[in-house]
Amino acid sequence: MTTTSAPAPLSALPDAPLSARPVSPNTPRVVIGRIIKYALVLFFLLVVLMPAYVLIVTSFKSGSEIGVTGQWNLPTHWTTASWQKAWTALQPSFLRTFELAIPVAVISSVLGAANGFVLSRWRFPGADVVFTLILFGMFIPYQAVMIPLRDIVTTIGIQPGIPTLVFVHCIYGIPICTLIFRNYYATTVPEELVEAGRVDGAGLLRTFWSIILPISIPGFVVTIIWQFTSAWNDYLFAIFLSNTRNGPITIALNALAGAQSPDYAASMAGALITSLPTLVVYVLLGRWFIGGLMAGSVKS
Amino acid sequence: MRRLRHWGPGLLLLSPSLILLAVFVYGLIAWTIKVSVSDEHNARGSKGFVGLENYTSLFTSDINDRFVHSLKNLLIFTVVFMVGTMLLGLLWAFLLERGVKGEGFFRTIYLFPMAVSFIASGVVWRWLMNPGTGDDAGGINAIFAGLHLDFLQNTWWTNPDWGMAAMAVPAIWQLSGYVMALFLAGFRGIPQELREAAAVDGASTYRLYRNVIFPQLTPVALSALIIVGHMSMKMFDLIMSVSGAQWLTEVPAVYVWQALLTSDYSKAAAISIILLLLVAIVIVPYLVYTNRQERSTG
Repeated sequence: MTTTSAPAPLSALPDAPLSARPVSPNTPRVVIGRIIKYALVLFFLLVVLMPAYVLIVTSFKSGSEIGVTGQWNLPTHWTTASWQKAWTALQPSFLRTFELAIPVAVISSVLGAANGFVLSRWRFPGADVVFTLILFGMFIPYQAVMIPLRDIVTTIGIQPGIPTLVFVHCIYGIPICTLIFRNYYATTVPEELVEAGRVDGAGLLRTFWSIILPISIPGFVVTIIWQFTSAWNDYLFAIFLSNTRNGPITIALNALAGAQSPDYAASMAGALITSLPTLVVYVLLGRWFIGGLMAGSVKS
Repeated sequence: MRRLRHWGPGLLLLSPSLILLAVFVYGLIAWTIKVSVSDEHNARGSKGFVGLENYTSLFTSDINDRFVHSLKNLLIFTVVFMVGTMLLGLLWAFLLERGVKGEGFFRTIYLFPMAVSFIASGVVWRWLMNPGTGDDAGGINAIFAGLHLDFLQNTWWTNPDWGMAAMAVPAIWQLSGYVMALFLAGFRGIPQELREAAAVDGASTYRLYRNVIFPQLTPVALSALIIVGHMSMKMFDLIMSVSGAQWLTEVPAVYVWQALLTSDYSKAAAISIILLLLVAIVIVPYLVYTNRQERSTG
């Protein structure tokens, strides 16, 4: 996730300053323009929300109502039977996915903070090349490592399923977390603070531990949300390295919904259950979620 | 010795990650390359080195030109996906930038699909892109019928020629908000003085955007194109969720999975490396460019 001209990483999308809004007299042309503008934003709002409407409405229908006729209508009889069916199918993997996403979020954030700090302040010879080599790791198609990866995790004896997935998500999450923290430290931690530590004779590790980490909370919020969401929503690693008995919820949902003649009501209830944790994170912490999207700015 | 004492602690802090990435990114890529030049076509293992044979045979002797077909699918998907997200993203950013009451609300809604997995959204898009038409019309086709726009009804991703264009629709839905966020940040990054100077010069709104604002957005547009483009080449989850792995919608990322199911490791490795090269052609110059830019400004 990179952009070249995003502002400071965490100041995700402030509202435009009022003075930027053109002040125009209410000529007919301006009024028509305003009507078109609002018509368009509302139209796109409906388009974006349309799949959400279908998901919710269909998930509360009973089997007999799932047909071609009246597909778009509200249920005549609201029922939670499909939700119960979906929950029964997804519940074990739902809990497992927390066991996956939480450790991944914490571990890769800590690694990212350490790397980001070093790369933003200790510019050893070749630091730029090392940084570029780290970054490349987040763009690769993971198929290019998947064949030997399957063998190697077995060889080094990591338990299949969730432990394996925690391990690989932590590794392949290092680049994005490093990037976010490097930009965070480069833009928000004043050089003087690090210098002051150096003058006081604090080594790099002490400086990192007692000066930098305490002011890193905003960076951690961004990477934790980012990594939690990525691990929760991942399907590629999951399908290569786990199965429906030991894998995360995306695998279980695809098994529930991917059958030849799927039960659409249960599939949609399942899709909602699957999306709930990340949607809650997005609604409650949206500012920092967008921060993660934007913070990718390779250039700070 | 002094250099070591100066840089040592930093490198020590960095070293666990560097070792992990050296092994698990670069080491495993090298390993995959090795598999791709051997003849490991089944679970019995490899007999030896075959050079680039696995690569050339993908283009010359693959049954039904399967690999070329998957590249063609990827091309159609990528073009539609990139054009769609760029246009919608720019339009949404432009509309919101013009000043809309409740801007934050619209922004939140436009961006919410980013928080959902392709696997979950694929469930509903499979339903929405119901290929039935006429009396069997379901999903979006039923909406078209309701609006008396029956000529818009189509068979979506099941169309053998242009189905991949339909497959790009859910991807556009999912990522246009992201491109919008990039452009909004770009709009916000344009110095206020530039707009004021243009206003003092008496520039019309059209000329303000045409000559002042849009040129300033070029770097953002480049980033957006590269990010969306490389995501497109890796597209896997969405296709697996909407259609499952099948001939009609096969792209290289899915082909790798299918080749592995038949234990054809060398073929899967060769396709993976081609995919990696495709991504690298786009990403490496971009990383070098941004790195250089940063050094010159920062």
